[in-house]
Amino acid sequence: MAEPALTNVSEALTRPGSWQGVASDWASDQRAFKNVSWGKVMMWIFLLSDTFIFSCFLLSYMTVRMSTTAPWPNPSEVFALEIGGAKVPLILIAIMTFILISSSGTMAMAVNFGYRRDRVKTAALMLLTAAFGASFVGMQAFEWTKLIHEGVRPWGNPWGAYQFGSAFFMITGFHGTHVTIGVIFLVIMARKVWRGDLETERRGFFTSKKGSYELVEITGLYWHFVDLVWVFIFALFYLW
Amino acid sequence: MAQAIAHAQEHAQGQQHPVRLYLVVWGWLFVLSTCSYLVDYVGLHGYLRWSLILLFMALKAGLIIAFFMHMAWERLALRCAILLPPILLLVFLGIMMFEADYTVFTRTEFFGVAP
Repeated sequence: MAEPALTNVSEALTRPGSWQGVASDWASDQRAFKNVSWGKVMMWIFLLSDTFIFSCFLLSYMTVRMSTTAPWPNPSEVFALEIGGAKVPLILIAIMTFILISSSGTMAMAVNFGYRRDRVKTAALMLLTAAFGASFVGMQAFEWTKLIHEGVRPWGNPWGAYQFGSAFFMITGFHGTHVTIGVIFLVIMARKVWRGDLETERRGFFTSKKGSYELVEITGLYWHFVDLVWVFIFALFYLW
Repeated sequence: MAQAIAHAQEHAQGQQHPVRLYLVVWGWLFVLSTCSYLVDYVGLHGYLRWSLILLFMALKAGLIIAFFMHMAWERLALRCAILLPPILLLVFLGIMMFEADYTVFTRTEFFGVAP
């Protein structure tokens, strides 16, 4: 069975990009977003649902922080590291932020080279992205170990409001899980790119859909989202 | 028709943008991250700190979504479907702020704990 053909392709493509186009997209038959593949739309809808999950975490963190009568531990001091005898505030978190930003850049480059059919560069950049992601998770493991040694638990800590620990482990733990899944996802996709699966349209082992370079872009969407969530965690949990 | 399909396939391969654009966005993300770290390093406090944090956060998120995730070039219908629903979170935010204020009021008023 061939891929479902686009009906009225020319009509779909010449639609106005204005609100009239939105109305005709939503009112159209068979598919709402003409010429956008279902894989990409589904990834976006998944990311939208994930947005709500992380928003629930961040909003519950806001609620407990606003409603506690105990002082909130100062993240700037809690996450400071001693470098050469001087305490540098929040330095590890800053390094983690830069690593994730760098990985987002290499991922964007990988998508770009994928559409240029440069197999080797695409796979290499995806593996570099995965390596950045793995080092991020490593630093997070280091941070968790340090805090647990200092006595931070989900039910208490030495510095103030007990809710600090539960919010911290919940939010960063869930984000770290996302990064880990992303690294695995990237390595699997990099292998496919390297082997040429996307050029020969070899069917995937899980979805049995034909391979195409759009898979790199869809993987990239997930990875950029992980970076996007970190932007919000960095601002609202670590800096606030 | 065949020509139209060929054109459609060509378009489906799309999202090819100059490398320079990605590098510029990447550079700005580094600058903005440094700025938001400096807010803490310099030790700003109060409304200035909070507004700067939110400003840098929003700019970084906007750059990532628009350019790295290619939202700037997607169909308007898809952009609306994905970007408008999160606005509802502001309602949730309002409800939870109200709830938190009420909780802290009961704690100080009826349990005698100083804020």
